[in-house]
Amino acid sequence: MLSNVRTLWMVFLKMFKKKVTIQYPEKKAYLPPRWRGRIILSRDPDHNERCVACYLCAAACPVDCISLQATEDENGRRYPEFFRINFSRCIFCGLCEDACPTYAIQLTPDFEMGEYNRQNLVYEKEDLLIDGMGKYHGYSFYQQAGVAVGVKPKGGGEKEDPPVDVRTLLP
Amino acid sequence: MNEIWMQILVIVGVLLGTVTIAAGLIYVERKMLAVWQQRSGPNRVGPFGIFQVLADMVKIFFKEDWIPPFVDKKIFIIAPTIIMLSILMSFAIVPFAPGIVIADLNIGLLFFLAMSSLGAYTIVLAGWASNNKYSLLGGMRGAAQLISYEVFMGLSLMGVVIQVGSFNMTDIVNAQKGMWFVVPQFVGFVTFLIAGIAETHRLPFDLPESESELIAGFHSEYSGMKFGMFFVGEYLGITLVSCMITILFFGGWLGPSFLPPIVWFLIKMFAFILFFILLRASLARPRYDQLMGFGWKLLLPLTLLNVLITGAVVLSNA
Repeated sequence: MLSNVRTLWMVFLKMFKKKVTIQYPEKKAYLPPRWRGRIILSRDPDHNERCVACYLCAAACPVDCISLQATEDENGRRYPEFFRINFSRCIFCGLCEDACPTYAIQLTPDFEMGEYNRQNLVYEKEDLLIDGMGKYHGYSFYQQAGVAVGVKPKGGGEKEDPPVDVRTLLP
Repeated sequence: MNEIWMQILVIVGVLLGTVTIAAGLIYVERKMLAVWQQRSGPNRVGPFGIFQVLADMVKIFFKEDWIPPFVDKKIFIIAPTIIMLSILMSFAIVPFAPGIVIADLNIGLLFFLAMSSLGAYTIVLAGWASNNKYSLLGGMRGAAQLISYEVFMGLSLMGVVIQVGSFNMTDIVNAQKGMWFVVPQFVGFVTFLIAGIAETHRLPFDLPESESELIAGFHSEYSGMKFGMFFVGEYLGITLVSCMITILFFGGWLGPSFLPPIVWFLIKMFAFILFFILLRASLARPRYDQLMGFGWKLLLPLTLLNVLITGAVVLSNA
């Protein structure tokens, strides 16, 4: 009986506390940078597409909502011919971001993607590509390693040694 | 002639006033529950959401008034009207201020007890007529609750009646000029408050309804304005019990003269209405055997003891 009275009093005191509700459309809640929301494709510091069309994201996707087709430019650099994410299937698990070797595909803190037409939830490459580098600044996959595709000469990467001249025995 | 018009004015005023307060309580309850749960509550319709009541009423009027094919049709329709009628009848004996009373009966308190007990028929009949297991369980709980609180509800008021020597509501208020009855009749106040909560079927004693286990209990099958009648009837019940507590234990319209008597009455009444809402915001519902045990084993002996002691004191002073 006494604990009931105590409960009443404690609930009454809640009157003078701050409200916890955030009035959503007017005020927005803070979303951390690594929040898993709308998926984007980022570009590297030279403003080229980071995506090398390796299909790892499409393979990792548990609901098969990513589809793409690889192609090559005149230097032999791979890029996706089309890149399509069906957001009506996407479960925002972030496995595609984990799988991506080039930091190209990233999830962003944005969830306001409501559409009246279901077909509008299918995002094409021009909807997904952004101008910036997303969460990972200064990273360029072809500058680190890999084949020469017109970005750097062979062995000219940041963490690469120049190629060994096999015709000399000198160290 | 003039007196008749005055009487009609009072009747219409009380009817409109009580029903308006009951409808306004929809907003007050939602807002105050929100305040006590650190939420915002309704705040979209109009400034501070005060037109929420209008929106709710419009919605409930335009809902389909569906009568399921398996119900006992006559009783199903009659049941929701009983609670509205019986509680509105009880308001006839409530003196809001000197002179503002519809029927100043010399057995006013008995009339209140009789009418408020009739309200229980609503629950039993609605639960039976719905022909639905959950509704029937709700109705049965309503009946079980009825026999556990009605007993000490009447007895808890007898202390007041013994002190005043009258069942007349105006006499009861006038007898509190020296001291409010909440002081000498504190046990009576507490027991009547608990009985009042049980009588209006409000949380924590909303066993017939108990939405978390019986869907909506006795009014599971009701929709549209019939459901609205239950709803408004519940709020009318809260208003009535708050009025009765104010009159019987807190001096009715009595108060310092810088405010008119009716304002004092309304202030006290709203304080109790808010207390009812606070109860809903904070307490959990007991099992119905717990409620019956509580009523019969603790509160009934307590009220009997209160009547005994009050009688002894009054006799020794006489």
